[in-house]
Amino acid sequence: MSQLSVKHLLGIKYLNENDLHLIFETADHFKEVINRKIKKVPTLRDVTIANLFFENSTRTKLSFELAEKRLSADVINFSAAQSSVKKGETLIDTVNNILAMKVDMIVMRHPNPGAASFLSKNVDACIINAGDGTHEHPSQALLDAFSIREKFGEIAGKKIAIIGDILHSRVALSNIFALKKLGAEVKLCGPKSLLPKHIESLGVTVELDIKKTLQWCDAANILRVQNERMDKSYFPSIREYTQLYGLGLPLLKSLNKEIVILHPGPINRGVEISSEVADSDQAIILDQVENGVAIRMAIIYLLASKIMTPSV
Amino acid sequence: MQPKLLLNEHQIDILLHRLACQLIEKHLDFSNTVLIGLQPRGAFVLDRLITLLKTNYGVEDVAFGKLDTTFFRDDFRRSDKPHAANTMQMNVLVEDKYIVFIDDVLYTGRSIRAALTAIESFGRPKEIELLTLIDRRFSRHLPIQPDYVGRQIDSLQNDKVEVKWKELTDEDAVYLIKETL
Repeated sequence: MSQLSVKHLLGIKYLNENDLHLIFETADHFKEVINRKIKKVPTLRDVTIANLFFENSTRTKLSFELAEKRLSADVINFSAAQSSVKKGETLIDTVNNILAMKVDMIVMRHPNPGAASFLSKNVDACIINAGDGTHEHPSQALLDAFSIREKFGEIAGKKIAIIGDILHSRVALSNIFALKKLGAEVKLCGPKSLLPKHIESLGVTVELDIKKTLQWCDAANILRVQNERMDKSYFPSIREYTQLYGLGLPLLKSLNKEIVILHPGPINRGVEISSEVADSDQAIILDQVENGVAIRMAIIYLLASKIMTPSV
Repeated sequence: MQPKLLLNEHQIDILLHRLACQLIEKHLDFSNTVLIGLQPRGAFVLDRLITLLKTNYGVEDVAFGKLDTTFFRDDFRRSDKPHAANTMQMNVLVEDKYIVFIDDVLYTGRSIRAALTAIESFGRPKEIELLTLIDRRFSRHLPIQPDYVGRQIDSLQNDKVEVKWKELTDEDAVYLIKETL
């Protein structure tokens, strides 16, 4: 079996196409595992993983923790809100103290872009980036692409739209990298104020009209408006945003084809997507959540295979 | 060194016939038995046996599965590359059944140990037996012995036994590849 070209998962940018296929093929097997009556395998029984979350998370944290437990790893959880970070401890000191407890792998979410990369250069452990500010969210992009692959059979040649707050979205950037590496066409859509300048240099096209975008694509990944990352007003009102960029059932039905709807969550129902669409047969939002566990098991399995046992 | 032919197609066929007969002798109509091929290579032996049981001995409806033990192996992180998993086909009930694990070569016994753990994910069998086409005796790392053996061979620790199947190559054959000194 081939192996990953990287020692850490810092971003999709650092992976090659073979890495992506290897992760998907491994995740196929883990998806079968998590649908068994007994969903646990003993593979990682001698590996300890620390989940460091310096930012709020529901899905990603639970998904990583479940993936680790399904693989029989020992898991410790760390939440910045209840830690010595509040007392002024630096990131490297915090992590080195955790590593002194003989931890093999760190899964980290941090509000600062580049935090995972910084950590990988300064501590001796395998690092998995679970989201670093507005930079990358590689495991989310992998599970999105895996879900699209599951739906269509392959990703190459498919037309994928990413709609919403692109500017503040780490999911968007990781998705662009992943989908482009896998040969998809990617179109971004959102208010001009929420589209980064020169984003076309990543090989994507930009469209301001949501209907034209939906008419073009095979699948649309709807992103939420990240109010918590906005230091100023990017559009006049939520109501206006919903009218211009919200995906409701009438808009979906007005298309002359059936498209697949993805959303990384959390959903702001009635803002970027209506409840009818989110709960419709065209939405694969809950499939994404299920696939998230399989993808994270694959990531951890493949990276853990690079940590040799001390006695060997 | 030139690989030494241990078994040709005809000899393999005779062994498979004998193994099929031994299975019938013990399991009669197979109503409470499940044959489990260990992926990847035990699945070929399984397929051959099922065909023989049906076509030559009139045993229809043999319950079977193909078990992948990759994630249950004990040598994860002990080799350079991660082990690639194989397809699992376990759409069969094993609870309270008589299970026969089927593999092509029994060597150290570690794959069988992994299979004994892996099968627990699907239920608690009443009894588990082991059938192997080739038994490399004197090479065991664990106290595991087969119940049905095609051919027992003696080989050095570093020798390699290669079973070829028509499904993958152009012949059915078993070769012994000696270690180059």
